[in-house]
Amino acid sequence: MRVPGKGLNADAAPLRFRFDGQAYEGRAGDTLASALLANDVRLVGRSFKYHRPRGILTAGSEEPNALVTLGEGATQDPNIRATTQELYDGLAARSQNAWPTLRHDALAINDLFAPFLGAGFYYKTFMWPKSFWEKLYEPVIRRAAGLGALSGEANSDSYEKAFAHCDVLVIGAGPAGIMAALTAARSGLDVILAEEDSRMGGRLLAEVEEVDGQPGAVWTAARVDELRAMENVRLMPRTTVTGAYDQGTYAALERVGHHVAERTGPRECFWRIVAQRAILCAGALERPVAFPDNDRPGIMTAGAVRAYLNRWGVAPGQTLSIFANNDDAHRTALDFIEAGLEVAAVIDSRADAQPLGDYRVIAGGTVTGTTGRHGLQGIRVAHPGGEEHLRTDCLALSGGWNPTLHLTCHMNGRPRWDDDILSFVPSEAAVPGLTVAGAANGTFSTLACLEEGIAAAQAVARALGTRPARAEAPAAEDAPYRIAPLWHVPGKGRAWLDFQNDVTVKDVAQAAQENFRSVEHMKRYTTQGMAPDQGKNSNVAALAVLADATGRGIPETGTTTFRPPYVPVAIAAMGAGGQGQGFAPHRLMTSDAASRARGAPMVEVGLWHRPSYFPRSGEETWLESCNREVRMVRSTVGVCDVSTLGKIDIQGPDAGAFLDFVYCNTFSTLPEGRVRYGLMLREDGHVMDDGTTARLGPDHYLMTTTTTAAGQVMRHLTWVAQALRPDLDVRFASVTDQWAQFAVAGPKARELLNSVLDDPVSDAHWPFMSCGAVTVAGVPGRLFRISFSGEHAYELAVPARFGASLFGQLGAQAEAMGGGLYGLEALNVLRIEKGFLTHAEMHGRSTAFDLGFDRMVSRKKDCIGAAASRREGLRDPEREQLVGLKPVDPAGKITAGAHLFADSAEPVSPNGQGHVTSAYPSPTFGHDLGLGFLKGGRNRHGERVMMVDHLRDLRTLCEVCAPVFYDPEGERIRG
Amino acid sequence: MARLIETSPCAGLLPRTIGAVDLSEVEPAQITLIAPFKGQQAAVSDALDAALGLTFPAPNRATGQGARAVWSGAGQALLIGSACPALPGAACIDQSDAWAIVRIEGADAARVLARLTPLDLRPEVFQQDHTARSVLGQMPVSLTRVGRHAYEVMVMRSMARTLVQELTRAAQGVADRIEPSI
Repeated sequence: MRVPGKGLNADAAPLRFRFDGQAYEGRAGDTLASALLANDVRLVGRSFKYHRPRGILTAGSEEPNALVTLGEGATQDPNIRATTQELYDGLAARSQNAWPTLRHDALAINDLFAPFLGAGFYYKTFMWPKSFWEKLYEPVIRRAAGLGALSGEANSDSYEKAFAHCDVLVIGAGPAGIMAALTAARSGLDVILAEEDSRMGGRLLAEVEEVDGQPGAVWTAARVDELRAMENVRLMPRTTVTGAYDQGTYAALERVGHHVAERTGPRECFWRIVAQRAILCAGALERPVAFPDNDRPGIMTAGAVRAYLNRWGVAPGQTLSIFANNDDAHRTALDFIEAGLEVAAVIDSRADAQPLGDYRVIAGGTVTGTTGRHGLQGIRVAHPGGEEHLRTDCLALSGGWNPTLHLTCHMNGRPRWDDDILSFVPSEAAVPGLTVAGAANGTFSTLACLEEGIAAAQAVARALGTRPARAEAPAAEDAPYRIAPLWHVPGKGRAWLDFQNDVTVKDVAQAAQENFRSVEHMKRYTTQGMAPDQGKNSNVAALAVLADATGRGIPETGTTTFRPPYVPVAIAAMGAGGQGQGFAPHRLMTSDAASRARGAPMVEVGLWHRPSYFPRSGEETWLESCNREVRMVRSTVGVCDVSTLGKIDIQGPDAGAFLDFVYCNTFSTLPEGRVRYGLMLREDGHVMDDGTTARLGPDHYLMTTTTTAAGQVMRHLTWVAQALRPDLDVRFASVTDQWAQFAVAGPKARELLNSVLDDPVSDAHWPFMSCGAVTVAGVPGRLFRISFSGEHAYELAVPARFGASLFGQLGAQAEAMGGGLYGLEALNVLRIEKGFLTHAEMHGRSTAFDLGFDRMVSRKKDCIGAAASRREGLRDPEREQLVGLKPVDPAGKITAGAHLFADSAEPVSPNGQGHVTSAYPSPTFGHDLGLGFLKGGRNRHGERVMMVDHLRDLRTLCEVCAPVFYDPEGERIRG
Repeated sequence: MARLIETSPCAGLLPRTIGAVDLSEVEPAQITLIAPFKGQQAAVSDALDAALGLTFPAPNRATGQGARAVWSGAGQALLIGSACPALPGAACIDQSDAWAIVRIEGADAARVLARLTPLDLRPEVFQQDHTARSVLGQMPVSLTRVGRHAYEVMVMRSMARTLVQELTRAAQGVADRIEPSI
């Protein structure tokens, strides 16, 4: 219920919202949690495993219980913490893990079987038969347990990634963070202040206390205004720093659009912030106490109760009781009384506890049980004088505060146990460049937090070589933090430690009993500390219980590793921009639009998009189009955009020597105006890539690579030039994108070419493997007489700006001559018919010897891979060697990827003789053709082998032959 | 007889204005990659100075106004916007058609680029005529600051469409934010 006059948003505008279909009213500035409590909604969810009724436990991102789903369909967003979800008009949230309704949940029956479902139950029970786990047990268990669900549809929402840079990143905008940011900014440093909450101020917004004589929230607002006005400060509210990484890089999640009804921009932004220094001022998290049935709606941390009352003007109950082991929690009673509300008692486990005001203290008392299934109704209290029942509908718990030191553990830093505050504190220099100040450092009074913030910023300024600004902490609360150990209260009934994973004291004790005594083993056996909240509420208490069960101290027991992210991060945010077409950049040829306009289906080759064929009317399958295009090239002329092949311009006095070193064959002797096929080896003697290289001038070459290996070859050349042969004076650069290059192939190739060239070419001046400059309509271009089809062919290159235009004209002219455009499918058929290779054959395991190119590895010079290629094992005549394959029955199918066996052998791996690398139906021969590797294949031409494709259930008897099927003498290519 | 028509890399895609940024295509008549041979960089720089009044740039820097020389990697620079003078001491490679260049200008230019590149673009760090090879989204780029709120981004010509799409999406995200963008 609302408390009149209380709360920082007391006068804010009313907002309507729905929870599980029911309409309610809240206020601007509310979270969903505060608005629900204002409407006396206490039951908000069902627990993970036992479907226990649960309410709101905290007021921050550590919330384990109050997880809800927002949105419908593709934008459904599960596991939203009601405690951080800001209210907006029209918000509609649903509870999770309950059916048919939150109040009457059928699977609450699990709770009755709790004695059987403890830690290790699944491991012990669902072991036999083994195959049942995946098919039956796991799906059933997963359906019964769990929290919110994804929609199953592709996420239609927009997310964003971004980078930011600063001198100092201040993480958290409580008293320490604000003073750190102010001091750093006044020292002239570039500051980013990231705060998880929508409003800056931290606990100063949740407590009744003064800073510099002003209410904490007022003082905070003035400091934030000052920061906002400074040019060297960037305020990042709603931004949770989720991880600390190498070299001062921090990940952060900004909730950009979760707090508005009509959103236009991204939902979330995933930041990578690079900071020279960082100051962690993330505060502390209050831990609950474990006692029987401590999980009822209405039981929450004491700090959260104060936050709801003081920040949002909401009393989470009519009659408050408090169970604590420290002085700090007593403030809750004072705040309630000051607000005119009723306090039943403060049950303080310390025998010497004294009231700090006019309320009843039960010193040396403990809470030993609770009542009220859907909401707390009363508690049972044991104290030195006996036992009593108290009527209360809100129990505020405090077992002390745990510094929020998670980020300091992200690079393997181990926190240190501090006996004064009974918690872990960050160890020094756990993350390079990161210092910790305030409550995150185990410093709990407001004044000390302000002072530490200043000191940390001044130290950073000095470290960065700047004169630190002078600053003095304003007057503030400076009470000592008095605490005595209290981890759990023994008794009948389950005492919950980890609310998110339904882990009890008994589960942890049982883990220890079954010898999972290491804290890491206990975590995995019980699941304590896993899931979205990562043990934020339960870790220290669970360790204390484990320490107790194993007879060790807490420091010896140690803690599990906090890993990034600090709060759950949607994969959609981390992968922002990568959905669908954003997966990778698209490289488009200058002919792209024209190819698509003709209805050509595009295929991706590396990042490039290439047309697979150009369908004509009446053609119903790709094969019909492909066959026509092949016949067209063999009989008249075809045009194909080959701009995707890598082109590297190589210049310098040592260019020839450089090429001799990277290619296995010789290029320094290549005459100007000529082209040569080259084979490049890796250092290990296997083939890396092939291509043609043209000599354009005395010290000037143009290398071509395959489409897919262009980047790899460029990297290789750079490595060779810089690291292996720095003695050579050579320079090179990629010119792949500079030139649009078109293959013109077929008996009428020259005729077509001469229709666009300014000066016609003739066979006498342009023999096979020649190259040189030409002009097309006055535009300087380059012509190469090379062929990847086995036909009389050329490749014509013009600067890319003219590519689209030239492609259109070549295509139109070819069609007028009875030819036309051809795509990747036809290109592949043509090259297989001719026995030319691609990376299907140069698959990384083949050598020049295997491919039949052994003689290309020059013995007159050294080159990369030459020595290794001569190793005995790489010259074994029984190695798998390149062969051609044709079906004995012309109707037989050959498929790429199929394996080869002796005709009589059983088709199993040990009998494997090789495999098919490329195969296509050949319209030229009227049957399928294949290229493949076969053991000792060069000496087996004429033999028959059985091709077996287990995937397609295909067996074809094949004849082994030479890999060149078409025009083996090369008469057409020279003709 | 053929007649060839020019098409620019970003034809049909630009210009565009999104929120507080303008995206426009830059189309220099000529781009030449200049890579001085061994021991020739000083001589090449002098020759450039004599011919065009600009020097061979240091790493991560651009020189010249009008015609500019933009460092583009170890031992190389791109001469943009002028014919390349005779430089016997260098490999000179025509790249006039190899690049798509987009100018991004406006109050939110740095914020938009921060959605795509890890470069530190704070004005005191990445100043006028500073340049870098980096990534933008997943594309290799050359990025140069050409004004107070103006940058030029160069990608391989074949990636022009992806570049425009990435910049557009980032700019839209910045423009659509409800709160003042950060």
